[in-house]
Amino acid sequence: MTKPLKAAVLLFPGVNRERDIARALSRAGAEVEIVWHHSDRLPAGTDLAVLPGGFSYGDYLRCGAIAARARVMEAVAEHAARGGLVLGVCNGFQILCEAGLLPGVLMRNAGLKFICRMQTLRVETNRTRFTRGYEAGAVVTYALAHGEGAYVAAPQEIEALERAGRVAFRYCDADGQATAAANPNGSINNIAGVYSAGFNVLGLMPHPENLIDALTGGVDGRPLFEALAAA
Amino acid sequence: MKSRVVVTLKPSVLDPQGKAIEGALKSLGLEGFASVRQGKVFDIELQGVEGEAADRRLREACEKLLANTIVENFHIEHD
Repeated sequence: MTKPLKAAVLLFPGVNRERDIARALSRAGAEVEIVWHHSDRLPAGTDLAVLPGGFSYGDYLRCGAIAARARVMEAVAEHAARGGLVLGVCNGFQILCEAGLLPGVLMRNAGLKFICRMQTLRVETNRTRFTRGYEAGAVVTYALAHGEGAYVAAPQEIEALERAGRVAFRYCDADGQATAAANPNGSINNIAGVYSAGFNVLGLMPHPENLIDALTGGVDGRPLFEALAAA
Repeated sequence: MKSRVVVTLKPSVLDPQGKAIEGALKSLGLEGFASVRQGKVFDIELQGVEGEAADRRLREACEKLLANTIVENFHIEHD
C-alpha cells in the first residue's frame, strides 16, 4: 500500500473553512493535520500545505495581508520553493497573492456585494496534480462566498499567465463560455484561479470543498481532492 | 516623530467603493464632485529614527506591508 498524502491545513485567526477542507481531504484518503499559524515549520513529511477560506485577521488592512506575514508562511514559501504542493481557497488564495507565492491581487467585487451562491467554472487544464481528475475544458459547479474576489494583475502579468497556461479555472456559463455576463466579480479574463510557474501552487476563489457530497449540493469538488490524495 | 502614510489606488485600478461614494454624494444633491477615489491613512509615531533613516524605514514598511504595490501607490509625509 502506498503512503497516504500528508496535508497540513494552516489555521490563522479568523479562518473558518479549515474543517470543511480537512474533511474533503481526509474523505479522499489524505492524512490531515491542522497547523497553527505561529508554528515555524510544517509537520515532517508534509506533501500539501492548505490555506483555507475565512476572514483571517478580520480582513484588516487588505484581505490576507496580515496572515501572509505570519511565521508559518516562511515554511510554506520554502515548501513551495522545493516544489511542494500548496492549495489556497478563497481567503487562502488572497493570502498566497499577498505572500507573493502567486501573482496578482484580489480586489473588492466589481458589484460591491458579497457573493454567496453556486457558480459554474471551466477547468482550463487537467495536466496538473490538482485537476487531473477532470476533463480539460470540463464545466464544474463550485460554491462562491466572497466579497473580494476580483482578480487583478498588471497587463504583462496577465499576458504571461495566459501564455504559460497558468489560468486554472475561469468563471463561465453553463455551456462553458467565459462571457462578461458569467463573470461574477469583475476578475480580469474571468480568472477564478491561477497556478504558480511550477504548477505546484494553486489559488482559487470558489470552494471545491463544499461540493463533496450529493446530500449537500453536489460532488463536483471531489475529483480535485481525490486527485491530490492519489499518489 | 510623527509621520503620515497615505495609500491610494493606482489611477489605472478600478475603485468600486470610490464610485459608490461618488454616487452617494450626487444623490445627496452635492454638486461638483467629478470623481471620488478611496484610500487609507496611517498615522505613525516613530521612535529613535529621524530624518532620512525614518524615511527609509517608512518606505520599507509601505513596501512590505502597508501598501500592495501591485495596485496601490503610497506617499509619506512628516509633521
